[in-house]
This record gives sequence, C-alpha cells and structure tokens, in this order.
Amino acid sequence: MNILTRSLIAASAIALGAAVPAMAKTFVYCSEASPEGFDPAPYTSGTTFDASAHPVFNRLVEFKKGTTEIEPGLAESWEISADGLEYTFHLRKGVKWQSNEKFTPTRDFNADDVIFSFDRQGNKDNPWHQYIAGITYEYYTSMEMPSLIKEVVKVDDNTVKIVLTRPEAPFLADIAMSFASIVSKEFADALEKAGTKEDFNNLPIGTGPFKFVAYQKDAVIRYQKNPDYWGEAPKIDDLVFAITPDAAVRLQKLKAGECHLMPYPAPADVAAIKADNNLKVDEQAGLNVAYLAYNTTVAPFDNPKVRKALNMAMNKQAIIDAVFQGAGQVAKNPIPPTMWSYNDAIQDDPYDPEAAKKMLEEEGVKDLSMKVWAMPVQRPYMPNARRTAELIQEDFAKVGVKVEIVSYEWGEYLKKSMEAGRDGAVILGWTGDNGDPDNFLSVLLSCAAAGEGGANRAFWCNKDFSDLLAKAKQSSDVAERTKLYEEAQVIFKDQAPWATLGHSTQYVPMSNKVSGFVMSPLGDFTFETVDIAE
Amino acid sequence: MFRFLLGKLLYLVPTFLGITIIAFSFVRVLPGDPVLLMAGERGITPERHAELSAQLGFDKPVWAQYFDFLGRLMQGDFGNSIVTKKPVLAEFLTLFPATVELGLVAILIATLVGVPVGVLAAIKRGSWFDQISMTGALVGFSMPIFWWGLLLIIFFSGILQWTPVSGRISLLYFFPQVTGFMLIDSLLSGQKGAFLSAAQHLILPAVVLATIPLAVIARQTRSAMLEVMGEDYVRTAKAKGMPTRRVVGVHALRNAMIPVITTIGLQIGVLMAGAILTETIFSWPGIGKWMIDSISRRDYPVVQSGLLLIAALVMVVNLLVDLTYGLINPRIRHK
Amino acid sequence: MTAAPAPQGVTAEPVVRLSDAAIRRRMLADFWFHFRQNRGAVIGLVVFVLMVLAAVFAPLLAPHDPTQQFRDALLAPPIWQEGGKPGFLLGTDAVGRDMLSRLIYGAQYSLFIGVVVVAIALIGGIIIGLLAGFFGGWVDAVIMRVMDVVLAFPSLLLALVLVAVLGPGLTNAMIAIAIVYQPHFARLTRAAVMGEKAREYVTAAKMAGAGPLRLMFKTILPNCLAPLIVQATLSFSSAVLDSAALGFLGMGAQPPASEWGTMLAEAREFILRAWWVVTFPGLAILISVLAINLMGDGLRDALDPKLKRS
Repeated sequence: MNILTRSLIAASAIALGAAVPAMAKTFVYCSEASPEGFDPAPYTSGTTFDASAHPVFNRLVEFKKGTTEIEPGLAESWEISADGLEYTFHLRKGVKWQSNEKFTPTRDFNADDVIFSFDRQGNKDNPWHQYIAGITYEYYTSMEMPSLIKEVVKVDDNTVKIVLTRPEAPFLADIAMSFASIVSKEFADALEKAGTKEDFNNLPIGTGPFKFVAYQKDAVIRYQKNPDYWGEAPKIDDLVFAITPDAAVRLQKLKAGECHLMPYPAPADVAAIKADNNLKVDEQAGLNVAYLAYNTTVAPFDNPKVRKALNMAMNKQAIIDAVFQGAGQVAKNPIPPTMWSYNDAIQDDPYDPEAAKKMLEEEGVKDLSMKVWAMPVQRPYMPNARRTAELIQEDFAKVGVKVEIVSYEWGEYLKKSMEAGRDGAVILGWTGDNGDPDNFLSVLLSCAAAGEGGANRAFWCNKDFSDLLAKAKQSSDVAERTKLYEEAQVIFKDQAPWATLGHSTQYVPMSNKVSGFVMSPLGDFTFETVDIAE
Repeated sequence: MFRFLLGKLLYLVPTFLGITIIAFSFVRVLPGDPVLLMAGERGITPERHAELSAQLGFDKPVWAQYFDFLGRLMQGDFGNSIVTKKPVLAEFLTLFPATVELGLVAILIATLVGVPVGVLAAIKRGSWFDQISMTGALVGFSMPIFWWGLLLIIFFSGILQWTPVSGRISLLYFFPQVTGFMLIDSLLSGQKGAFLSAAQHLILPAVVLATIPLAVIARQTRSAMLEVMGEDYVRTAKAKGMPTRRVVGVHALRNAMIPVITTIGLQIGVLMAGAILTETIFSWPGIGKWMIDSISRRDYPVVQSGLLLIAALVMVVNLLVDLTYGLINPRIRHK
Repeated sequence: MTAAPAPQGVTAEPVVRLSDAAIRRRMLADFWFHFRQNRGAVIGLVVFVLMVLAAVFAPLLAPHDPTQQFRDALLAPPIWQEGGKPGFLLGTDAVGRDMLSRLIYGAQYSLFIGVVVVAIALIGGIIIGLLAGFFGGWVDAVIMRVMDVVLAFPSLLLALVLVAVLGPGLTNAMIAIAIVYQPHFARLTRAAVMGEKAREYVTAAKMAGAGPLRLMFKTILPNCLAPLIVQATLSFSSAVLDSAALGFLGMGAQPPASEWGTMLAEAREFILRAWWVVTFPGLAILISVLAINLMGDGLRDALDPKLKRS
C-alpha cells in the first residue's frame, strides 16, 4: 500500500514539470455495492466478480471481450474428444502469480493450480473445501458441476484433462464463468502453513491484469497494474473502486469528476446524462428477460388461448415507457436478441384489448379475477415490479379481468412462487450466466425445471419443447443447435406459458476522458482495456 | 461512589439478558430464509436446502440455538456473517469508528451551536433573536432528516458543488487506518490536504445528523436557563447589582448545565437512529447502513449481534451519563 | 370484576360532583385562555385543522384519483414551470399520477398513522404503567426491566427489525412504532401513579372501599393525564416522522399508497431530474409535523403551568 501512497505523492511532486515519465494514471470506478469477499468461487453476485474474478484472476478459457464467444485464457488451446466427454487443455507457459506482503511465489502457474481450483469446490475431503466455516460453492453446484465432472487429471505440468460424465455442449462456456477462476495452490499451501486460511478470501493472489492492494469495507477497493501480466498490459496504473450504492449519488460523483465510470444509472437520468457535454454513455441490450409466468397447471390458465388473450390485453410498450423509462425493449422471445439463436422471425402478439376480450369470451372465461405477484426488489431485468403490476392491473381491468397485486419478502417470494398449485401469475426474470441459450431455456422452461428445486415458474411442461432442448445440449455444432433453439421458441410463442415483458437496456455512463471501455453482454465490468486522457 | 457504580452495573445485568433474548428471538422469527436468498431466481432443491441450512446451524431446536449463541457470546464470539463469511465483531469494529466519528462531530456541532443559542435566547427572552431561533429550533426538531439530507445534497453538492457527494475522504489520499477516525488518520498520515478533504466529506452528513439534537439542545438550554434565572439566588445576585454577564456566567449557566448534559447524553439513542438514515443517504460506511443492508439480506448473525452490540453501547453511554450527572450533582448519589 | 359501589354514607356527594363539573369547565376555559396566548400554537392548530379537513374531504378536494395514471403526462413539472400541464398543479410522478391529489390523500395516511400509533401506545402504556405503579414490588420490577430493554434499542432500529419480522406494510409499521413508543407512556403513568398513590384523596377513596380497578382508572388516572397528553402530542408528530422514515427505507406503507415517506422513497431516483417529486412530499411531512409540534408546545404550556417557562 505504501507504493501507491508514494507514487501519488511523487506524482504530485512531478507535476511541477520534471522530466520524468507521465503521471500515474488512476482510474476510479464508482461501483454499486461492496464485494462479499475476494475468492470468486463461494459467491454469486456480479459485484463480487467485478471486484475479484475479473481484475485479479483468469480462467482456463475466457469470454472474448464484448461477446459471449470463448477464447483461450490460461489454456492456450484445447481438444474435445469425439464423444464429447474428454476436454484436454494445454496450459499457457510462463504465467506469473502475483505477490503481496505475505506471499512471494516461487513457481509459475501450472496444472496443480487448475486441479486445486476445481477440486476444492467439488471434493468435500479437500482441506480447502471448508476453509471458512459455512462456505458453499453455489455456482459450482447450480451449474451441475458435481454431477458433470467425473475427474480432473494432470497429464503433465502443462496439460490438464477434464473428463465429463455426459456430453454437455455449454461446458466451455460454463468454465469461462467467474466461479471457475484459477487460484494459486502455492498461496493456499503458504496460508495453511501460516494458519491464516481466511486470508485466501481477503488478500487474493491471481494471474490477472490487476493486483489487489487494499480494501476498506463499504468504502474503497484499490488495485494496481500487474507488471507481469501475461496478456496485454493495462493502460492505467491504478484502479480504484469507490463503493457508492445510491444511483443518484453515483451520478453526482461522476459529474463532479470524482469517478470516471459508473454502472447502473437510474433510467430516469439517462437522458440528462446524454445531454451532458462532459459525459458519454455506452449502451447495450442486457442479456436478460423479464416475464410474467402464468401457472399453466391451474384453470383457466392451463388453456393456452386464455394465456394468449391475456398477453394481448397487455400494453407492453407502456411498461417499457413507464417502468423502464425507455431503457429497455419489448420482449417477444424468452431469450434476449443479443443471444445467438434468437428467433427474430417470430411475431409478437399484438396489443389488442378488443380481440383479447373476445377471445376470453370464446373460451368461456367470465368475471375472472386473478393475482399478480410483484417482487419486492429491484433487479437488473426489472426496475420496479410493483409499477409493472399496477400497469398490468389497469390493462387487465379493461378486458374485464380483476387483478389483485400480492408481494412477499424476497426469499419468501422466490420460494412461494415455486410452490405447486400457486395462485396467480408471477413477475420475475433472469440474467444470463454464460451467454448460452440453454442457460435460459432449460433453466426456466424445461420439464425438469418444473418440479421442486427448479425455476420453471410457469410449471409448463411441453414434451416437444423439452426434447428439442435435450437434443441441442448433446450437440456441439452451433449451427445445428441454433436451428433447434429457434424451433423451440416457436413452440414457446404458440403455447405462451409466459407473457414476455421486456429486456432491459444496460447503460454505462462515463467521463469523456475515458476510452477503450468495452461493455460485456454478461454485465461484467472489466478495466484492463480502459485508458484516460489527461 | 463505588457502591453507586456497582449498583448501576448490577441493575444492567437483567436488562442485558433481556436484550440478548430480544435480539435472538427477533432474528429467529424474521420471515425469509438466507439460503433462499442465496439461491436467487435459480431455485434450490429441498436436499440442497437442508444441507445448506445444516451448515448454517439452522436445523437445531431454537432453545439449543439460543444457548449456543449465549455460550459463544461469553467467549466473545459474535458469529460469522452469512454474506461475507467474516466474523461479525470484526466487521462491527471496522465500521464502528466511522459512525462514532460522524456522531461525535454531530453532537459537537449540536452542542457548540445549541448551547450558546439557547443561552442567548433565554437572556434576550422575547427578542427577535429568541423568536427566530426558537422557531428555527422547532423546525429542526420537526425535520424529516432523510429529506433534509437529500435537499442538502442537491444544493451543496449538486448546484454549488462545494462539498463532495459521499464517502469519507477523497480517493487521492491513501494511508493506513490507524485509529479508524478519518480526521485523525489523515493528520497522522502527514499528507497535505488530507485532513481538509476528510473534513469536507464529513461536514454535510454531520450537519444533517446534528439537526435534531441541535434543536433539542437549544430548546432545553433555553428553558433550563430561564428556570435558573428565576431562582432566588440569581435574582439576589442581580439585585445586588452584579452585571448580567457575571450572573449568567457564574450562577445561571453552571446550574442550567445539569439538565442540558442529561439531554445531550440522551441524544445518543436519537443519534443512532439518525445514523441509520444519514448513513443510508450519504453512503457513509458505518454501522447504521450495515444494519439496514443486513436486515434486507437476512444476514441473521449480523442483525442479531449488531442489535446486541448497539443496545449494549446505548446502555453503557446512558450509564456514563448517569455517572457524570452524579459527579456534577452529588445529591443524586445519595438518593 | 366491577368496582364496589361507593358507600352511600359519604356526605354531600352531589355537591362535590357539581363543583367538579364547574371546576372542569373553569379548567377548560383556563386552558383555552393560555393556549390562545401562544401564537405559534394557534397557527399550528389552524394548520392541523386544515390538514384534517383535507384528509376528510380528500375525495372532494383532490382534482384526480391519486392512483390514476395519466400515461401522456409522465413526470410533468408543476404548472408554473415550463412544460407544466394544465390540470396538474404540482406536476405528476413517474407513472403520471397527480402529485397534488397524492399529497392530499397522503394527509389521510399521516393522520391515521398518528392516531392509531398514539392510541395503541397510550392505551398499552397506561395499562402497563398503572399495573406497575399500583402494585409495585416484583410486578413493577419485571415490567420496568422489560421497558428498559425496549428503550435500550434506538427506536427506529427496533421498529425496523420489528417491521422486518412482521413483514413490511402500513399496519405492521404502525404496530412496530407503537410498541417502541409504549414504554414512554408506561414510565410516565407509573411515575405519576407512584406520586399520586400516597396522596390523601387516594387514601380517602381506598378507605371508602374503592376497588383497585376503580382506584386506578377513576381516581388516580384522571389526575395524571396532563403529562400523558403532552407526551401523546409529541408521539403523534414522532409517529408521522418515523412512519415516513420507515416508508422511505421501504419498510412502511407499500406503493402505490400515497403515504408521504413512501412517495419520497419512490421519488428518490428522480432527485436530479424532477425536483418536485422529491420536494413536495418532504415539505408536507415537515409542515404537518411542525404544526403538531407547535400545538404540542401550546398544550404543554397551557396544561402544565409547572412546565411553563414564560
């Protein structure tokens, strides 16, 4: 930490005009919340990954910047066996681990680190599995790694083979995710010796573009450029996260020049930010969807025509305008348009209350009253579920359907909305983990997910649909998978288990001085490519 | 004096036990389940749910959990946060100085402004100063401070750009946290301008937090002064031709201070409540905001131990106020 | 159990009763006389009465339904500002609801909250305080320890956790605040009862055979009402403030309720873009709390000459 202090003092001294290389470039990011910790494996929030996995660590394979495509990371190349069960990774040589006050590495990155990184999550007997009491590996578990990975084998120091129990097309995308970050076995051993295992979560050592320097809880995180980074060196010298939970305050700080870039502006402020000459805004459709899931097992919602009629009674554009403040687009498919295999040929149900009313009458639905569940929290895909529910309430009233809005505490909401026989339609959504369509369709709409522990909140089980998904998962041919998913979306639209509400747009306001920032479709914030003009 | 102290302390024991019961039982009946929150939209299988609950110790009977809790408390173990997995006490101690610094500066502002205003208003009873300051005090006393804070941010940080929007010090300054008090640490660091920056960051939240105590102290000082000034000995001194300034300085002020000090002490609880709102608005990394966040995240151990620590703190401060009161006014001791 | 009837043998009872009434009338006149002299208190009373009227006649006064959404007038500024739309005097909020109408209806919430909270806290506090003060001994010790425990927590924090336990919402917020306020009333009542218990008139009533209930409620209670009334006004304004704070933190009345604190919480994201959605609800809270406090000051001065400083 003293190095940074000195460089700052030196910088201000140098500013007087001595012939010394340029001033240390400090980039300040006004982040939206505190990270839960700095070990990427036990946590699930994007905030934590932005502070740990992205700056400090690398994965075997990485998402190519600005896309959901896979590119080499710590593995230079890989081969997949013909049966799709064996993945052989050839590791990059000469990758240096970072150092800190307590640890100086004696060797480069190798196969032992890879094996350790997976084994500590999957193997309950690994001494690092519970290095902090009560720790769990939620992503590892929920991406089904325990049942999918048969073994991780060291072929030689620079080659690792991962053997699967079944062919799984999205596997590479899975291990490009933050939870699969590669950590240092040597560092873990050193901490074990020193008896300070918990520092594994406090003082991260990785191979990434930035070195962790210090964290003041709920206030500031500081990083420094990693001089030994194996990839292209970052253009900034110091990276600072100023933790600022309130969106209005973040914007104030950005305007005052206290930070260079901020995530998640209030949708209401976007127009004003665009008008500001000192700021610019990057925007991109988010990899998410907000939906209203009917309970397709309960009459009259078990009738697709009733569901379709209700969908037609809904003025979705009004929701985008009033709730998303224009920061979104109406959804017609369950996956977002930025995702491969998005079926743009599908026509959305038109907004037509008259026709909807007629359709309901034809189906013999009269004096219908129903519940609409509005979640109590703001999520990236849904700025304000209550407001959405109020709009739906008004729209449905026009076709003679009475709506009662209900809500529960968030945890209860998630649980009760998955209880069989649930009364009412549920507003919820999803943000993609790895850019694979399977990560939306299987998780949210397959038969397997319709039971306990799943996330199919429409309880919709369509055999044709689920068969298409299963087939797509076995194939590693993207063109073939695309066709299968497109077909599945046709069935979805026809059966209408959900009203697809919208996809929110992501805005990233930043100072005009910033260049080189690349938005991630996965919502990650990474800074190894950014630069600031003086 | 010792017996007085001992008696007071003994008196606190059942209260403290009561506090542990309340803190513990509240958290047990909180609806919502941290395990579900961890799973999010994805959902969780019943087996996995049971497994995680067991890991967090939620599967034991409630009374067993309580005695576990009490036993660990005795050993100074306040449990681990579910979210960060870190010891609650350690988190409390890292955040606590920020709240104390904010609270101390606020109470300092409130006292340094409130007492003179109250005294002056009492001396010049009925004057325009009295009327304006007491109206102001009543407005301050009625202020929804969460709104007041927003208005001040819009005005001073937004329009005038005089003060920074949030945080404790400019990010340019970076030095080790020796005491946790930014004002002191910034001086210790020896970095030029650091102290000024820390002060600039502190002033707005401190003013917001000081608003209500300031109003209460000013009003209380005024009435205490008026009462004392009506007493015989003050009248006598006045009648003897003592100058007003001396009458006030020597007799009135000292006696009027006894109820005022009690009032200041009693503001600690008010400050703690205010800190919750102020810290939320200014993103001040203190325990008020920590509690709010933990309640919404259903971080049981934090809510539980946080409640306990805060209540214990308020109790200790009240005890100190009692003691000070006893020192100033020896009659109390023998009551 | 009903109280035993007072024995008939007490002399000149009707006379006493008559003069009682006369005294009461005199006291009331006296009270009004003192109250009227406090200009602030009268202003407070006027504002408060206006607020009550606004709440009662909200359906007549409000130009629009407070929940009706005008989709073509989202975030319209107040009428005097450029872009203001006719018909929306104070502008509209994010979903096009009329601010003025919502503020007027909001008065209903605030008054309702104040009344309910004070009623629960007052009744609960009086009963608990009477029990503790009247019986003394271990009953007193236990009750007062419990009150100490409740008072050891900062009120807003305790209310927050209580609401989290009960579930967010207006009713639960009111219950939580009332529970937190109740010890103040209990303590006051207990202190007053202890003070009064030794008085001659109580002893006299006891000797005359009055049962404990009658003693508590009919004899002692009326004589310690003054401090309770003052505390009740104070609690009324605090209840309005605290419920707004809970609403602001998302734990009070839930949208689309036009409770002022909840309106502020919803408006917070527009702080830089639409000043009116932030400013007006806060101003409404401030004015109503101020009015009640002004009234409270006047009440205190008029009711309790001992506390009167002027």
